[in-house]
Amino acid sequence: MIEVCDLKKYFSSGLLKKQCVKSVDGVSFHIARGDTLGLVGESGCGKTTLGRLLLRLIEPTSGQIFFDGTDISRLNQRELRRIRPRMQMIFQDPDSSLNPRMKIGESIAEPFRLGLRGKSNRREIRDRVLELIETVGLNPEHVNRYPHQLSGGQNQRVVLARILAINPDFIVADEPTASLDVSVQAQILNLIQDLKDEYDLTLLFISHDMEIVRHMSDRIAVMEEGKIVDIGDSEIVTEAHRNLITDSMLARV
Amino acid sequence: MNLLNIHKLNTYFPTPDGLVKAVDHVDLQIADSEKVGLIGETGCGKTVLGMSIVRLLDSSAQINGRIIYRGRDILELAEEDMRSLRGREIAMILQNPTTSLNPVMRVGDQIAEGIRLHGGLDKRAAKKRAVEILKSVMIHDAERRADQYPHEFSGGMKERAMIAIGLSCDPSIIIADEPTKGLDAKTKTQIVQLLKGVTEHKSMLMITHDLNVAASICDRVAVMYAGEILEVGKVWDVLKNPMHPYTRGFINSLPSRGLKPIRGSSPSLIDLPSGCRFCPRCDFAMEACKFKHPEITPADDGQSVRCFLYT
Amino acid sequence: MSQYSDVFKSIKIRSELVILESNRAMLMGLVLLITFLFLAVFASFIAPYDPWEIGRPFLRPSLEHPLGTNDIGQDIFSELIYSTRISLFVGIFAASVSMVLGTLIGLFSGYLRGVVDEALMGLTDVILVLPALPLMIILAAHLSPSIWNIILVIGCLWWTSTARVVRSRVLQLREMPFVEAARALGAGDAYVVFRHILPNTLHVIFAKFVLTVAGAMLTEASLSFLGLGDPMQKSWGMMLNYAFSRGGFINGYYWWYLPPGICISLTVLGFVLLGFGLERWTQNNSDFINV
Repeated sequence: MIEVCDLKKYFSSGLLKKQCVKSVDGVSFHIARGDTLGLVGESGCGKTTLGRLLLRLIEPTSGQIFFDGTDISRLNQRELRRIRPRMQMIFQDPDSSLNPRMKIGESIAEPFRLGLRGKSNRREIRDRVLELIETVGLNPEHVNRYPHQLSGGQNQRVVLARILAINPDFIVADEPTASLDVSVQAQILNLIQDLKDEYDLTLLFISHDMEIVRHMSDRIAVMEEGKIVDIGDSEIVTEAHRNLITDSMLARV
Repeated sequence: MNLLNIHKLNTYFPTPDGLVKAVDHVDLQIADSEKVGLIGETGCGKTVLGMSIVRLLDSSAQINGRIIYRGRDILELAEEDMRSLRGREIAMILQNPTTSLNPVMRVGDQIAEGIRLHGGLDKRAAKKRAVEILKSVMIHDAERRADQYPHEFSGGMKERAMIAIGLSCDPSIIIADEPTKGLDAKTKTQIVQLLKGVTEHKSMLMITHDLNVAASICDRVAVMYAGEILEVGKVWDVLKNPMHPYTRGFINSLPSRGLKPIRGSSPSLIDLPSGCRFCPRCDFAMEACKFKHPEITPADDGQSVRCFLYT
Repeated sequence: MSQYSDVFKSIKIRSELVILESNRAMLMGLVLLITFLFLAVFASFIAPYDPWEIGRPFLRPSLEHPLGTNDIGQDIFSELIYSTRISLFVGIFAASVSMVLGTLIGLFSGYLRGVVDEALMGLTDVILVLPALPLMIILAAHLSPSIWNIILVIGCLWWTSTARVVRSRVLQLREMPFVEAARALGAGDAYVVFRHILPNTLHVIFAKFVLTVAGAMLTEASLSFLGLGDPMQKSWGMMLNYAFSRGGFINGYYWWYLPPGICISLTVLGFVLLGFGLERWTQNNSDFINV
């Protein structure tokens, strides 16, 4: 489904573009349809940038990104906009992932109102929104609330509902539970897993916590300083990179 | 004898929506050189508890109960007496170093502040001492770093600077509020090692939601939920044999234990359920749990738990 | 509701006193403004005479003419009340023009960045550097004296601080995930700017607007006083202009110049109190507004 060839992103700064930060330095990998690829690394290794590159939220310096056979790195703005709904992102901070001035019902309804799922009238949209709210485990009465009235975990569920409304094929989850409490984290991660299975999604799961990634992914890629240093089956890669597990103490219990 | 003895502490906040019972009837003891972990999730009241001890809360907070430090009830102290305790005997390392450090003041000066307030050293001597402390928290090139501003420090270094400020007056007890929040695995391990080192002969109350960190440093842990302490005991006892269903659920929701979630969400501190506060989410709930409020009862081996399963 | 916000809401009780204080100021401002608005709307019922009606000139204040008459015999009290209309109208309209201009410039400058941003901010800097009043005088002097030209002049030169403020808010907002999420929907720039960014800048704009009206009113009064206003309209500034040019100051006819001066001051005060109160209020309700 996803194929990346020698992707590079260099950030240059300074007046004459002298200083160059090689955020992503020649990365190649693929993700099969329906799979979850985990992306681990310490902070600053470039994994967040890589996630955004795949969705072309940042422009690559060079390299190719194939999405379902199409090279999206070559598309112009108009063509890109048409393909955008098929790939979505879950961000780390749920509270700023939603427009604070829009009720969450409106946020979830937005994709429908933009005509992304074909034409629908107001009643249909309302029914679909309520359906999605229940799917992600929220109370229907929350539809008229604003993001600041809900907790981080609840907002992340709203984000998931909105993404489901868009009905993408591919999702990049960038540390979706990093700012959430441990027990809420478990709820949200389980939800993501359930939704992935039910809607047959392809997932790139980015995190700095190896343990979480191992749980969520079929395969794992380890990133260091802009390059992928290891990629393979979850269990094997986890064993080889135990230093990235933050839960090491408890593993002894 | 206990260095710090918290007895039936209540911290309530009156709000337009009702009375927020952030800390409700908490008993906790910390002995000399003992490290006690206070474990809980967002909103359980652990930070408020820490702030209540050093009395840094807004004047609208209603604090009742007794906090006995070295034989004196510090809740009864006048503000000036409390001020001489704060920093010098009881130091608090606040959460979130990025916002807790003054962005327009050099780091060295911020460490020296406390020294000069309590020690009466002159500017130069205080600065020298500040550099020494920076060295002791493993910051390289401490001389130069002391003259820098917080934004020139990395996340881990800022946390070390906060610890340095806490240590500056050589307190007997340190309250550390989420010292490893937001740090990556490697830095977390370093900070944990650092804290272990510098608190060797001191007592510490470590407020955290991270069980690993608590397990590495603490001798005992107390689990807090909805303003109450649900379970107390020696750290490995609690982690290996958690008694309270919440503790069990908490441990099981860790990624290394399978990410098994606890259903539902924490109650609002205004609208608390009658009976056991964890009952709505508890897989082991019995009829009695809905109506009667369990008290903390000692079990064997020094563990205590607040649950009808054990009475 | 997040548990932390329960706790920290009580800490806001102390700051509630601040809100109350700013509320009192706001209330006063609101009262003043509503009074003047009332006068403007119901001028024809309140004013005892038709202000254009010519009668006996140079009368001192009396029961018949509470503020006397001017040099061509028009009742000053009626003039005062009718002037409320023009002064308020010009102030509000000119402020609106400059707000719209400033908002659009700020929005696109902040969102598009790059060359557009540089160009627009360069323009802003140039206009900020030029001394406002002399510039407006020159412009007004070249254009024919009518209130629409006054509105145009004020509108074209007062947008700069709005643009700046809006731009900095936009710069803050465009980095936020929900904006990226909107782009990820495949939405075009215009949609993102107007549907997502603009609603989150409204609080900034609104407070600024009220303060801009105050500024615009003062500017209109100044321009009219200097004789650049529309002689066919009655505004407080024009009243001051005639008071000056027809010898009111020299002869000490305080009933010619004090009333319009006081009215200008009170209205501007009203807007300023309201504006600052609004700014205070948005600061205190930031959880709804700020992300």
